[in-house]
Amino acid sequence: MKLNRIIANAGEWLSGDGPHRQVVVSSRIRLARNLARTPFPGWAKRAERLHTLELLRPAVESLPEMRESYAQNLTELTALERQVLVERHLISREHAAKGAGSAVVMNVEQTLSFMINEEDHLRMQGIRCGLQLHETYAMVDQCDTELAECLEFAYHDDLGYLTACPTNVGTGMRASAMLHLPGLVMSEQINKIINSVNKIGLAVRGLHGEGTEAMGNLFQVSNQTTLGESEPQIIERLNEVILHIIEHEENSRQQLLEKRPAMVLDQIGRAFGILCHAHSMTSKEALNLLSILKLGVDLEIFPNSDAAPSRATIDELFIETQPAHLQKGAQGQKMTAEARDALRATLIRAKLNSLPPPDTAKVPLPEVSKQTDDE
Amino acid sequence: MNCDVCGEKEASVFLTQIVEGKMQKVNLCEACSKAKGVNDPTGFALADLLLGLGAAQQLEKGPAAAKCPVCGFTQGDFKKTGRLGCSECYVTFADGLTGMLANMHKGTLHVGKSPGNRARKRELNARMQTLRETLDQAVATENYEEAAALRDEIRQLEAELIP
Ligand SMILES: [Zn+2]
Ligand SMILES: [Zn+2]
Repeated sequence: MKLNRIIANAGEWLSGDGPHRQVVVSSRIRLARNLARTPFPGWAKRAERLHTLELLRPAVESLPEMRESYAQNLTELTALERQVLVERHLISREHAAKGAGSAVVMNVEQTLSFMINEEDHLRMQGIRCGLQLHETYAMVDQCDTELAECLEFAYHDDLGYLTACPTNVGTGMRASAMLHLPGLVMSEQINKIINSVNKIGLAVRGLHGEGTEAMGNLFQVSNQTTLGESEPQIIERLNEVILHIIEHEENSRQQLLEKRPAMVLDQIGRAFGILCHAHSMTSKEALNLLSILKLGVDLEIFPNSDAAPSRATIDELFIETQPAHLQKGAQGQKMTAEARDALRATLIRAKLNSLPPPDTAKVPLPEVSKQTDDE
Repeated sequence: MNCDVCGEKEASVFLTQIVEGKMQKVNLCEACSKAKGVNDPTGFALADLLLGLGAAQQLEKGPAAAKCPVCGFTQGDFKKTGRLGCSECYVTFADGLTGMLANMHKGTLHVGKSPGNRARKRELNARMQTLRETLDQAVATENYEEAAALRDEIRQLEAELIP
């Protein structure tokens, strides 16, 4: 199977639907596994890395889950193609920089991807739409169990799964969710949330930049520790915190709509106008405007019609307007930053231009909202 | 070039250090270099940057000459890379790792999943232990009928444990 065929479609986590989709973009589980008594990739010699690849790639490809899959050694991909996979969240930035011995195997739905010879011999990742951490874990757990039947994974009775970095030892699991939090950012509560979540041993960081500087209002929440708690315990703790964040986000969206409807409407209207009519747009501007547009969709400010912009349309634009995706569309011609900004704007216009504008009548006037404020 | 710590942002602080005659480079973004307190570019260890200050010293609590019999990794290598060499390193450097892991994690014992056959083996071993204790009791109380049945069960279990 060819890479172009795989990436012609958006992954399930982008185009699909899942619980709490209005705040949670995707849920991700990553398990780190290593072969016993074999040097970790960072310490292994080239021949040892190639041996690991020979052992792991067929094992992964023969999983029943991977019957329809795409597998490629990284040395056979161009730097641009690897970057496209990074932008799709299918391989890590670190993996994209690896050479001989590293490979990727992913299923057609792009819900499962296996990185061979990343920092660990094997990193398996499951990614699903919305808040589905337990479901995503079940999927990856199943693959891991099947692989353990034919591979001897490095495991210690007291320390659990052994990893190249001591911060991953134990479960070897990193569970995370990507959250869209425009309400908390606009109401300037985001730093308070980040601080309190960090205090309980979970990590929150901006997907594109830190704190209030986070572009696109996208944040990733994940577990920081891997030893001393079981996988379901870690996931449940994370899940509960995410449910709290969702509640705060929804409350702040509601508050903004009730207390500052003109501001909200103004922002969404401007975002829609610029996105539909701009002829040059930087990655940063696109991320921020698309985020506001998405808020508009979530708040149901657009007319109820099939032609109205959908969450999936916007999420796909988030990915398609990233630099490597744009460059990929240029058929091998090296683009300048200016050319990319122009192409980005063209792409967005093409997708949004024919859509109906926000329906201002759908936002209640302040007087009306005061009268109905009897909660 | 991306930052070696967060892997996300563009690196703007470039550090070079000579360790045992070898040149070693670390690239950091503005935020990470501040967070890690790198204002003195001399005398830092990558292990400290990646894992928090003191990580390198912690591993040094073990015997200094320790070298992994499988991959040849040493304490010095850990200090330089902030990573271990292979799974056997966890045994080789156990003394120093215990404290480091205790600082990093919620606990010091793994309570999660284990590879399928291992979990099964652990379960069988536990059952074997119980059966042997019950057998001893049965013999002590001269309950020979029960003892015979227990011996059969133990033999079956042994066959399963040693395929
Ligand atoms: Zn950094
Ligand atoms: Zn070793």
